[in-house]
Amino acid sequence: MSLQEVLPVVWFFIIGFGVLMYVLLDGFVLGLGILSPFADDEHQRDLMMNTAAPIWDGNETWLVLGGVGLFAAFPKAYSLLLSALYLPILLMVIALIFRGVAFEFRFKAERSRWVWGAAFHLGSLAAAFAQGVILGALVEGMPLKEGKYVEGALGWFSPFAMLTGVALIFGYALLGATWLILKTEGRVQRIAFDLTRPLMMIVICCMFLVSVSLPFLDSQLMQRWFTLPNFLYLSPVPLLTAANAVALWFAVTRNRELAPFVLSLSFFGLGFLGLVLGVWPNIVPPHLSIWQAAAPVSSLNFTLVGTAIMLPAVLAYTAYSYRVFRGKVSEGAGYH
Amino acid sequence: MADAEFLSRIQFGFVISFHVLFPAFSIGLASWLAFIEAMWLRSRSDLWRDLYFFWLKIFAVVFGMGVVSGIVMSFQFGTNWARLSEQAGGILGPLLSYEVLTAFFLEATFLGVMLFGWRKVSDRTHFLATCMVALGTLVSSFWILSASSWMHTPAGHQFIDGSYQPVDWWAVIFNPSFPYRLTHMVLAAFITTAFVVGGSAAIYLLRGRWQDKAQVMLRCAVAFIAIVVPLQIVAGDLHGLNVREHQPAKLAAIEARWETETHVPLTLFAWPDEAAETNRYAVDVPYLGSLILTHSLDGEVKGLKDFAPGDRPPVKPVFFAFRVMVGLGFAMLGLAAWGLLLWWRGRLFTQRGFLRVFAAMLPAGFVAVLAGWYVTEIGRQPWVIYGLMRTRDAFSGVDLVSVAISLTSFVVVYAIVFGFGIWYLYRLFAAGPKQAPPRVEPEATPARPLSAAPPVGENA
Repeated sequence: MSLQEVLPVVWFFIIGFGVLMYVLLDGFVLGLGILSPFADDEHQRDLMMNTAAPIWDGNETWLVLGGVGLFAAFPKAYSLLLSALYLPILLMVIALIFRGVAFEFRFKAERSRWVWGAAFHLGSLAAAFAQGVILGALVEGMPLKEGKYVEGALGWFSPFAMLTGVALIFGYALLGATWLILKTEGRVQRIAFDLTRPLMMIVICCMFLVSVSLPFLDSQLMQRWFTLPNFLYLSPVPLLTAANAVALWFAVTRNRELAPFVLSLSFFGLGFLGLVLGVWPNIVPPHLSIWQAAAPVSSLNFTLVGTAIMLPAVLAYTAYSYRVFRGKVSEGAGYH
Repeated sequence: MADAEFLSRIQFGFVISFHVLFPAFSIGLASWLAFIEAMWLRSRSDLWRDLYFFWLKIFAVVFGMGVVSGIVMSFQFGTNWARLSEQAGGILGPLLSYEVLTAFFLEATFLGVMLFGWRKVSDRTHFLATCMVALGTLVSSFWILSASSWMHTPAGHQFIDGSYQPVDWWAVIFNPSFPYRLTHMVLAAFITTAFVVGGSAAIYLLRGRWQDKAQVMLRCAVAFIAIVVPLQIVAGDLHGLNVREHQPAKLAAIEARWETETHVPLTLFAWPDEAAETNRYAVDVPYLGSLILTHSLDGEVKGLKDFAPGDRPPVKPVFFAFRVMVGLGFAMLGLAAWGLLLWWRGRLFTQRGFLRVFAAMLPAGFVAVLAGWYVTEIGRQPWVIYGLMRTRDAFSGVDLVSVAISLTSFVVVYAIVFGFGIWYLYRLFAAGPKQAPPRVEPEATPARPLSAAPPVGENA
C-alpha cells in the first residue's frame, strides 16, 4: 500500500481520537452546565463549576484540534462541512463563547452574577444541542452533486438531527452527573447520584431511537450495520454497549464513586465507535471518502511528524494537570 | 454592495479585530507575569507577589476573551472562506495544527495550574507553569504568523490539481515576510502590554494610590519601552523594505504614490483621491521617501498606476492607518526618552505632566496594533493569497441570509461579552494591586486522594 492510501487512514483515526477526546472531556464540562439549574443555591453552583475550572480550557482545545486536524488532513471535508453546516456551527461557536467566559466572569461579577450563571447553563445546553445536530447531519449524510453541497442553508435540518441534538444533551448531562459523583461530596454528590439513573434511562432510549433510525437514512451507514455478515462482525459493539449499560447501572446503585464516571466514558466511547465504524471509509457520507478528501501526502506527512511527537506530550501534561487537581473539590477551595 | 461575500469580509474583519487585540495583550502579559514571578522567587518580597496576583487576575480575563474569540477564528476559514480552505488547506491546515499541538494545549493546561494550582504545587513548579504559558503564547504567534505570512508572501508550494501543495516546508514556514512580521508583531504585543502597565502605574501615582507598587511598575515600563520601542522602529523599517520587495502595490498604497519615480518625497499628509489618481492637500518632504523606503536618496518606488485598477488595494484606509501606527510609534519613542530623562533627574514619579501623558497613552499599543493590522490586511487586497488567489474567489458561496444572521450575532454577542469583559477589567484596575491571598504550603496529600501517589514533582 502506498502512502497515499495509508496516510488518510491514519489521519481518520487521529481526528477520530481528537473528536472522541473532545466529546468525553468537554462533554462532562458541558454536562455540568446542563445540570447547573439542579443546584440548590449559588454556592453549590460555584462548587460544580470549580470542579472543572482548572481544566475546562484544555478540554475545549480538543475541539480546536479536531477542527484544524480536519483542515490539515481533509481540506475538502473541512470546507464542505463547515460551509454546509453554517448555522449549527454558528450556534455552537456562540454558545461556547458564553459558556467559556462564564467561568471567568461569574467569579468577577457581583450584581450581574446571575447573567453568567445563565450564560453557563444556556451556553452549555446550546453547544451540546448544536454538536448533536452537526453529528446527526453528518451521519445522515450530505449528498453532493458534482462535488458541491446543494441542499441549502437548512439542509441539515431533519428529525434525525434533532434527535441526535437532544440525545447529546442528555449524554453530556450523564457524563456531567457522574463527574460530580467523583469530584464532590455531600449534597451536590447526592443530587448527582439522584440524576444519574433517570439520565441513563433517557440516554439508553436515545441510543435505541438513533439505532433504529439508521436503516431509514440515506447514507451508507445502514448497509454496513444491517447486512450479513457485517452485522455479526460488528455485533460486539452493541453487545459491549449493553453490558456497559448494565455495569453502569449497578455501579450507581452501589454508590460507587469512580466507576460511574469511567463507565460513562466507556459507554460514550462505544457509542462513538459505533458511529465511526458506520461512517468509515467516508469522511462526509455518503459520497466523499477519506481518500478523495485527503490533503497532499506532503501535508499529511509533515503534520503526522508533529502529531507523533506532540500528542504524547500533550497527553502527558494533560494527565499531569488532572493529577494536580485530583481529589474532591471542597467548598471555598476556589478561585485564584 | 451588500452581498454575502461583502458581509463575510466585514465579519472576518470584525471578529479578527477583536481577536488580534486580546492575544496581543496576553502575549505580553504572560511574559510580564513570568518576569514578576521570577523577581518574587529571587527576592521573596510581598510586593512582587501582590503584583503577580493582581496581573494574574487581569490575565485570566484577557486570556479568556482571547480563547473564545479564537474559537470563532478556527471555524471561520471553513464556514465563510471554504474555497481558500479547500485549495490552501494542505498548507494552512498543518501550520495551524502545529499551533494547536505545540501552543494551545500548553497554554490551556498550564493556565489551569497558574490560576488554581498555587495551593497545590511548589513555588518552583508554579513558576514553571507560568513560563509554559508564556512560551505557549510565543510559540502560538510563531505558527499563526507563519500561516498569515505565507498568504502574504507564498513560497515553497506548487499548484497541482486545483490545490496548493507544499513541496518545501522550510520555505513555506520561513517564507520571505515571516521573520519581519513575527518580530514586528511580538514586539508590538510586548509594547502594548508595557503601555498598559506603565499607564496604569501613572494613574495610581497621579491619584496617590499603591505608591510603592506603582513605582515598580512604572520603572519596569519605562525601562522596557526605552529599549524596545527603538528596536520596533528598526524592525518596522526592515519590514517596510520587505513589503517594497514583495508587495509593491501595498507599499504604494501606504505612501499614496501614484507614479513610479526615483527621488520620491515622503508624503506626511494628504487626501488620496483614488478616482483622479492623485493626492490632494499633500504635505511632502523631498527625498525623504526614497531615503526611508529604499535607504538611498535616488531609490525607485513603484507607483499605483503601474498596477491595473483591479489589482490595487484601497488607498485611503491603508494610507491613514499607516500614519496612525507610525505616529503612535514616534509618540511612544518620545515618551520613552522623556521618561529616561526624568528618571535620570530623579523625578520620574513626581512629574505630573509626564504621568498624565503616560496615562493618556495607556491604550496606545492597542490602537497601533489595530492600525498596523489594517495596513497589512487591507494593503494586501484584492488578494487573499498574494498574487495567486483573490479574496472574492475564496468565498464559500454561503447564502446572504445566513451571513447576515452570523454577522449580526457576532456584533451583538461581542458587544455583550467584550463589553462586560472590559468592564470587569476596569474594575480590577480600579481595585488595584491589593494584598495577595496568604501563602499556604502546598497540600501534602489531598483529603481523599484518588491515587496514593506522592506529591507531584516538576515533570512539566
